[in-house]
Amino acid sequence: MARRIASSPSLDLVEAAPAPVVVRGPAWDGRYTVLILFLPPALLLFTVFVVVPIGEAAWYSAFSWNGFGKPTNWIGLDNYRFVLETRAFWLALRNNGLIIAVSLLVQLPLALTLALMLAERFRGAVALRMLFFMPYILAEIATGLIFSFVYDGDYGLVASIWRFFGAEAPHLLASTDTAMLAILIVIVWKYFGFHMMLFIAALQGLDKNLVEAARIDGATRGQVLRHVVIPLLYPTIRLSVFFAIIGSLQLFDLVMPLTRGGPADSSNTLVSFLYNNGISRMRVGYGSAVGVILFTICVTFAFTYKRWFMRDE
Amino acid sequence: MRLLSKLGLAATAWLLALGAASADTTVKWLHIEVNPAQVKIWEEVARAYEASHPGVKIEMQFLENEAYKAKLPTILQSKDRPNIIYSWAGGVLKAQVEAGVLDDITDQIKGYSDTITPAALAAFARDGRNYGLPIALSQVGFVYNKELMAKANVDPAAIKTWDDLLAAVKALKAAGVTPIVVGGADKWPLHFYWTHLAVRIGGKPAFDAALRGENGGFAGETFQKSGELFKQLVDLQPFQNGFLGFKNPQAVGYFGDGKAAMTLAISSVYNLQRALAADKVGLSEDKIGWFDFPVVAGGKGAPTDTLGGITGWLVTKGSPKEAVDFLKYFISKDVQTRLASGNFIVPVVKGAEAGLNNAFMKRIADNLSKSNYHQNFYDQSLGPSVGRVVNDVSAEIAGGSMNPQDAAKAIEAAWKQGN
Repeated sequence: MARRIASSPSLDLVEAAPAPVVVRGPAWDGRYTVLILFLPPALLLFTVFVVVPIGEAAWYSAFSWNGFGKPTNWIGLDNYRFVLETRAFWLALRNNGLIIAVSLLVQLPLALTLALMLAERFRGAVALRMLFFMPYILAEIATGLIFSFVYDGDYGLVASIWRFFGAEAPHLLASTDTAMLAILIVIVWKYFGFHMMLFIAALQGLDKNLVEAARIDGATRGQVLRHVVIPLLYPTIRLSVFFAIIGSLQLFDLVMPLTRGGPADSSNTLVSFLYNNGISRMRVGYGSAVGVILFTICVTFAFTYKRWFMRDE
Repeated sequence: MRLLSKLGLAATAWLLALGAASADTTVKWLHIEVNPAQVKIWEEVARAYEASHPGVKIEMQFLENEAYKAKLPTILQSKDRPNIIYSWAGGVLKAQVEAGVLDDITDQIKGYSDTITPAALAAFARDGRNYGLPIALSQVGFVYNKELMAKANVDPAAIKTWDDLLAAVKALKAAGVTPIVVGGADKWPLHFYWTHLAVRIGGKPAFDAALRGENGGFAGETFQKSGELFKQLVDLQPFQNGFLGFKNPQAVGYFGDGKAAMTLAISSVYNLQRALAADKVGLSEDKIGWFDFPVVAGGKGAPTDTLGGITGWLVTKGSPKEAVDFLKYFISKDVQTRLASGNFIVPVVKGAEAGLNNAFMKRIADNLSKSNYHQNFYDQSLGPSVGRVVNDVSAEIAGGSMNPQDAAKAIEAAWKQGN
């Protein structure tokens, strides 16, 4: 691994920096040119589209403001208090927790199992991979609309299946008990293919010699999987978990066409809660406070995770 | 060099052409109407206006109801904002006026404004200044399917009190008919029940007192009782299966498909159900009827009090004068009579109601003219923030997840919290 990096031409330049004077001159220049040319646009874009909006949201969250004109009614931290006093906020937080749990406990194992099966070369493997990857390509809104028909208690596919067994079909999206469950199923259906592809790519990049060596040493298939393949997949698994959690926290566009967060806020996520209770109600200050809370959760998670689990990458 | 000068010439000519084109005025008109038959008439009116006013272009833009409400604050503050926007008056209009995003059109409509029903015009005025013009009035009440009512031997004309309605629901259920269809996922169709009960129980004085914070505000007796009576209905399970998952257009279509006996709706549903029915035909005129929202025993509201909408158009800040001019053309006796004769609206221009030619719409117009207290939809009149809480709690009572007392308290808490 180390040897390969050293031989890559772009990195040579950097590694050459502490070398003798002759090399240092042009290398330094090169670095500065790159910095001067490439840093400002990136920094500018980052500032304009990331730093400023975050700062603005934090500023707005201290006002009672309906979005018209300039915010003038300063209320300090009251918006945060209002948010924490809203039952729907805690429901949304619970739902985000549920999505993360399902992503980790159902979706990832499913994706990994399928990847282990489909990473081999056999007739139809590619077709199956494409088939499982398809839901991921579909736009979220379209997926939501399709599933709102599938779940429809009068005409939907689910209703037909139910009736086939002679039972009265439930309206899954209309009950506080089942709406979130229905959404969780769609989430798994939509995103497992993406994680499966990540795992397949990783599996195909594995050093086959290690597996062969283990087999020669007399390891069973199970042992190879348990002690060789999965440990080698750890970096990918960590990445996949990272994507799954951040994706769960941001989930919005699947929820809106399916339930709009209802009934009785039972299927809101943090972002749909922000939209329903902040933006649609013209409570920009309140919505901003939710945004800041969500941002804090994401950032805390991202940094902690990077620090603890992805140190080596 | 020659090529360069040619290019320069071409560029200048192009710029000049561009300048000439922009001397024409475009009036951008944002609407939310989903009934294609009505939009078609609007388009014809716009084209006719363009023909008689060279150099003016009327550009129609559409947004779906919920999306429109959510995007409006942003739209209004963009440089590319539409000139004419849809409005339900009430608290949202108040916020817009206070923010200074609307044009004061008082002077431009002087003289013309006398042609309009005063109460409707007043809904779009604040402190004596006009910011928009009304286009239509509507009333909330029960639209019913005659065949299904007959099947359960229910006489709709005899439903006068809340208890009559409960009895009718029981009879319909016993006959195996879905009594009521409602678009519960949108929540506001459910708030009609809670609000109209409040109008019947407390009348105008109760609403005004609540606004002033008297008698316990919205947590007071009137509003708790609204929830309790609504719960009596909910406990009978009168709605179609899965009603909390139905969006309003779906529910209206369901009624148009003849699958439920009644729907508590805005009078325009009479027309809309045809467009939204699965077969695009829906129920014909002779198959549907109307009865007013029942009265409540001991209620202080008059039986003639109405709940409904006053809808109209606002002119946004910095719009060309042609925007108001077009509105005057659009809300003229001619056009209003034409819309009335298609039975799309209860008109606001005096004399245009003569165009109404069916019993259903004539009855609504008659009701509205007799009404001394026309309550605008709560979710509009209380402003976007508190209004949505009214919708929330109505849906929660309907779903059984909140009791009437907590519902009333939640509204009062939101009212106190303000924006």
